[in-house]
Amino acid sequence: MRNRGNVVIASAFVAVMLGMVGLSFAAVPLYRLFCAATGFGGTPKIGGLNAPGGNGETIKVRFNADTNPGLPWKFGPVQRNVVLPLGEDQLAFYTATNLANTPVTGMALYNVTPEKAAKYFHKTACFCFEQQTLQPNQTMEFPISYWVDPAIAKDPATRDVKEITLSYTFFRSMEDAARAGALAKAGPHTAGQTNVRAN
Amino acid sequence: MAATTHDNAHGHDDHHDHDHKPGFVARWLFSTNHKDIGTLYLIFAVIGGVVGGALSMIMRAQLQFPNSHIVTSGQEWNTIVTSHGLLMIFFSVMPALIGGFGNWFIPLMIGAPDMAFPRLNNISFWLLPPAFVLICIGLVMGESGSGWTLYPPLSNSTYESGMGMDCTLFALHLAGASSLLGSMNFITTIFNMRAPGMTLHKMPLFIWAELVTAFLLVLSVPVLAGAITMLICDRNFGTAFFDPTGGGDPVLFQHLFWFFGHPEVYIMILPGFGIVSHVISTFSRKPIFGYLGMVYAMVGIGVVGFVVWAHHMYLSGIDIDTRAYFMGATMVIAVPTGIKIFSWIATMWGGSISFETPMLWAVGFLFVFTLGGVTGVVCANAGIDYMIHNTYYVIAHFHYVLSLGAVFSIFCGIYYWFGKMSGRQYPEFWGRVHFWMTFVGVNLTFFPQHFLGLSGMPRRYPDYPNAFAGWNYVSSIGAYISGVAMLVFLYVCYRTLTSKEKVADNPWGEGATTLEWTQTSPPAFHTYLELPRIK
Repeated sequence: MRNRGNVVIASAFVAVMLGMVGLSFAAVPLYRLFCAATGFGGTPKIGGLNAPGGNGETIKVRFNADTNPGLPWKFGPVQRNVVLPLGEDQLAFYTATNLANTPVTGMALYNVTPEKAAKYFHKTACFCFEQQTLQPNQTMEFPISYWVDPAIAKDPATRDVKEITLSYTFFRSMEDAARAGALAKAGPHTAGQTNVRAN
Repeated sequence: MAATTHDNAHGHDDHHDHDHKPGFVARWLFSTNHKDIGTLYLIFAVIGGVVGGALSMIMRAQLQFPNSHIVTSGQEWNTIVTSHGLLMIFFSVMPALIGGFGNWFIPLMIGAPDMAFPRLNNISFWLLPPAFVLICIGLVMGESGSGWTLYPPLSNSTYESGMGMDCTLFALHLAGASSLLGSMNFITTIFNMRAPGMTLHKMPLFIWAELVTAFLLVLSVPVLAGAITMLICDRNFGTAFFDPTGGGDPVLFQHLFWFFGHPEVYIMILPGFGIVSHVISTFSRKPIFGYLGMVYAMVGIGVVGFVVWAHHMYLSGIDIDTRAYFMGATMVIAVPTGIKIFSWIATMWGGSISFETPMLWAVGFLFVFTLGGVTGVVCANAGIDYMIHNTYYVIAHFHYVLSLGAVFSIFCGIYYWFGKMSGRQYPEFWGRVHFWMTFVGVNLTFFPQHFLGLSGMPRRYPDYPNAFAGWNYVSSIGAYISGVAMLVFLYVCYRTLTSKEKVADNPWGEGATTLEWTQTSPPAFHTYLELPRIK
């Protein structure tokens, strides 16, 4: 009798442990979903609604660009910043040049600061939604279509926001890096990275 | 090992046959006896503590003067820092408080003949030595310089490409598996094997502490296991859980780690709460003040401990509302902790207190733990944490609650139960010397680190500007004093185990009311062949 009880309790706790391991792996997609749903960590809204039209108020958007040293590209915004009406569709451009002699595939990650403004920042189309490949020495313009929800001016938590920074960091895609050999050997930008454990 | 060499001669003839002990190999390597496994855990914890403590001596020697070169490189320094943290947590404090005292005294205090799963208990212990070896490989190879928090990218294959880091990660897998099996065993034992009449609300506080600890382990350690598995995959198998290049996020690791890491600090201190409760009650010769409050304070600390993890991550880019929540939730923990502190004081109030060595450690615990708790509330403030994050202030804070708090409770338990476990009397004089040297030494070590932190000295660097030289010198002197105190402790162990002086079944008198004091000292190899009845 007692032995059966022991096994029941032990099994229940083995189940709990396995459940917790499962949950920690489930945390990976859940974390992404949570960020997408709440704008947490500066995650802007993707796709979906069309711009609702505004009431004439404006906001300033700055454009930032970073390039991972593993990616042999020159990447930057075409316009440094724009002042745009709330609630109206806007188009902006970035430009990238492949400095390598081989085709290179990159993937851009993005966020919005201040982070609390992210849930009002809608991207309807973006080069960052999928991987981009540039041929040797090719230059390409990348468009983004976006709008800022007029509700940002009404929300007490965000109405102090007069300027939003949209930021992109371009990484070499992992498959491409694997194809081209080690990430660190990818291009001229890596001089400082090859010996990171130098004491 | 002489600690548990029993003297069969005194009076349990009625079950003499059951007290037959197996030979050395069968007894210690294949042990299924909770007392022997507890002893193994305690010996292991002392070894882990000595090695981890030796590392801290190296660190304090390096930091004694600016521009020292005892440690030759930053990487070597970081590896020492990492191993010190992991050894102290997983191979000293946890084996002592959970494996050691838990195995010894859970069955004795609830009137059970042994643990529910004796063979599982054996595996729990024997997973630890290989894990210890793996940690030492990471240390000796100098390839695990990520800090005990293992944050990627510091721990990924770009920045720690060597196998030593994988050894360290795998060591944590083994230590985690050991803790999980142990906690499952504890929970089953406590739920199913209490003596007739011992309801949950009549259990000794130490048992409650171990029960809550076991629950925390079951809920938090698998998350660490998951995070480490992902990290190992990122390092070796081309996944990108924490690598932004492949769409991962390094901050996710911090969330997973601290979801484990914060409950982990309560895992290290709750059993200590249990021990200190018994010692204060015993030496005040009064029942513990507010038993139910004490129980539910521990439960409350355990529950709230799961929803405060991001206070370790105020600077990871989380937004202000999130910081406000985690700040509030963290400060809430001060309430049940305060209930415990004041209940201990109320237990002593009006009691007929005597200050034998265990009581010295218990009162010392109250002092250092309260001090560490107060600086904890300071650190909990997101605004202040912006200034003191990753400075020596934080080092001082968590050493006051763990290196001083948890370790004081371990020594408290050792002196309280040494006679019970070994059947021999520890030398009271040397016990006091040990206490006072440790007390002076550790306070001298860590109190000045508050000043260093407030003036901006960052942690995890092997050197500092000359402006910090004074207090670093004081801190190193303090560390050497506590190092010598550790040698005094080893001498106390030697004196006790070779002592001819036998201890009575209950040497502490009327204050010691729990069941283990009804057994002989040392207890028979098999105890409670007839179950005690609790009224």
